[in-house]
Amino acid sequence: MSTSVEDLLFTIRYRCDTESHLAIRDQAACRECAKPCLTFCPAEVYAFRDGEMHVAYENCVECGTCRIGCTRRNIEWRYPRGGYGVAYKIG
Amino acid sequence: MSERFDAIVVGAGPAGIAAALTMARSGLNVLVIERGEFPGAKNVFGGVVYRHHFEELIPEWWTKAPLERPIVEQNYWLLDGDGAVKIGHRSRRYLDGKPNNFTAMRAKFDRWFAQQAEEAGALIICETTVTELLKEGDRVVGVRTDRDEGDVYAQAVIIAEGVNSVLSQQVGARPELQPGEVSLVVKQTLALPEEKIEDRFGLEKDEGATIEILGAPSQGMVGLGFVYTNKDTLSLGLGIMVDDLAATGARPYELLEAMKQHPALRKLLQGAEVKEYAAHLIPEGGLRSMPKLAGPGWMICGDAAGMVNAVHREGTNLAVTSGKLAGEAVVAMARSGDLSPAGFEAYAQAVRASFIHRDLAKYQRLPAFLHDHKDLLMGRMPQTLNECLYEWFNVDGRPKAEHQRQIVQNIKAMAGGTWGLLRLANRGWRAINE
Repeated sequence: MSTSVEDLLFTIRYRCDTESHLAIRDQAACRECAKPCLTFCPAEVYAFRDGEMHVAYENCVECGTCRIGCTRRNIEWRYPRGGYGVAYKIG
Repeated sequence: MSERFDAIVVGAGPAGIAAALTMARSGLNVLVIERGEFPGAKNVFGGVVYRHHFEELIPEWWTKAPLERPIVEQNYWLLDGDGAVKIGHRSRRYLDGKPNNFTAMRAKFDRWFAQQAEEAGALIICETTVTELLKEGDRVVGVRTDRDEGDVYAQAVIIAEGVNSVLSQQVGARPELQPGEVSLVVKQTLALPEEKIEDRFGLEKDEGATIEILGAPSQGMVGLGFVYTNKDTLSLGLGIMVDDLAATGARPYELLEAMKQHPALRKLLQGAEVKEYAAHLIPEGGLRSMPKLAGPGWMICGDAAGMVNAVHREGTNLAVTSGKLAGEAVVAMARSGDLSPAGFEAYAQAVRASFIHRDLAKYQRLPAFLHDHKDLLMGRMPQTLNECLYEWFNVDGRPKAEHQRQIVQNIKAMAGGTWGLLRLANRGWRAINE
């Protein structure tokens, strides 16, 4: 019995901000990229649809993999505002 | 809150709290700034804390702290697709008098640890993100937070913000981490009744076990899995180097789900529901990717300084020790009134003289060794060892000499002949010895 990533993310408590702490610097760079973020992100934050990179920042667990792993350093990565974002009960 | 403190600590994890506790006890005016809702809310580890280094700060701490199980059994499992070679040690000696190490959960543990610093007089402010360091010339004099009028000043700023240390880049202590210097760990905490845990892992009520897993689950990438027993949960995880994840396109949570299906693990985990999923980076670069540790007005501790001993899964140990050393350096400066750069540099020297530097120096060639030989170490080696043990135990009418010749052949083939084996042993030895 396998657990889907949606089910996994559902177990995490978040306090969601209304604005994103992640931003794509240049959409054109994503179009030319192999886009490893689509697979290495443990929270499926990134989705590429209709030639645009979409960022579901609400799912983000702030691990920093995309910050370091983005081939083109094309992600503007900040910590969420104080108190917002992931709030683990166990960790 | 445009105020002045003796010291500001960024991050209320083990490193930051150890620093704050050390300084507050010496009567310094200490502010700890934590971005989470509470200390520990953002923190994840596999799950083992060791008694020794916390004891230097809080005698008998383990009798008061929220812990899961003291560990009596530690295992390494080498998996191929179907089999498992198991090496481990079980002994009640690990509990004699003072238990050696424990499983724990960071959301509870860090909160407790932070309370100790608070009781010693440190001020901990949560839900506040430090956005940048404030400088006068090349000296760090405070931090800017995301609160209104959120500039705070201090004689010393201790950067303990964890692996994603944006502040250490601001002081030029290090370039940005590379994908080959970090692993991504995905973790599931799985609920399982106490009796089932004890029955399945062969444990008494006051006993815990750990299993580190090498081989098939990482699918040829450099990585390590683990299963740790908590009171009524299991911590299950898999860490993989980010450069390998990027190159293969593997999804980390799918690798972990696949690991759960391995025949050696399936029955241990059966029926255990996911209570919480988590993901976190581990700095794996060792000594060679350590930043500059101190400069005028600042010091870097814990994960932010890359202080992780991957071979022995030690991180919190190094974190608390570095925090304590940084705290002591600030206390010494406060006492002498001398805030010159030498006082900050004293922290870097103290780290160099400590087990942190000595252990990381010992293993400094290991990350490159693992990277260069990953096909062998993560794939052919666990496979071959499984085949060899199968040859050893399998009774099929062939004479023993034939089985044993096969074992020798397998091992040679794995390493590319006798010379390959010697070369590998030599490089392997040098990778774990300075």
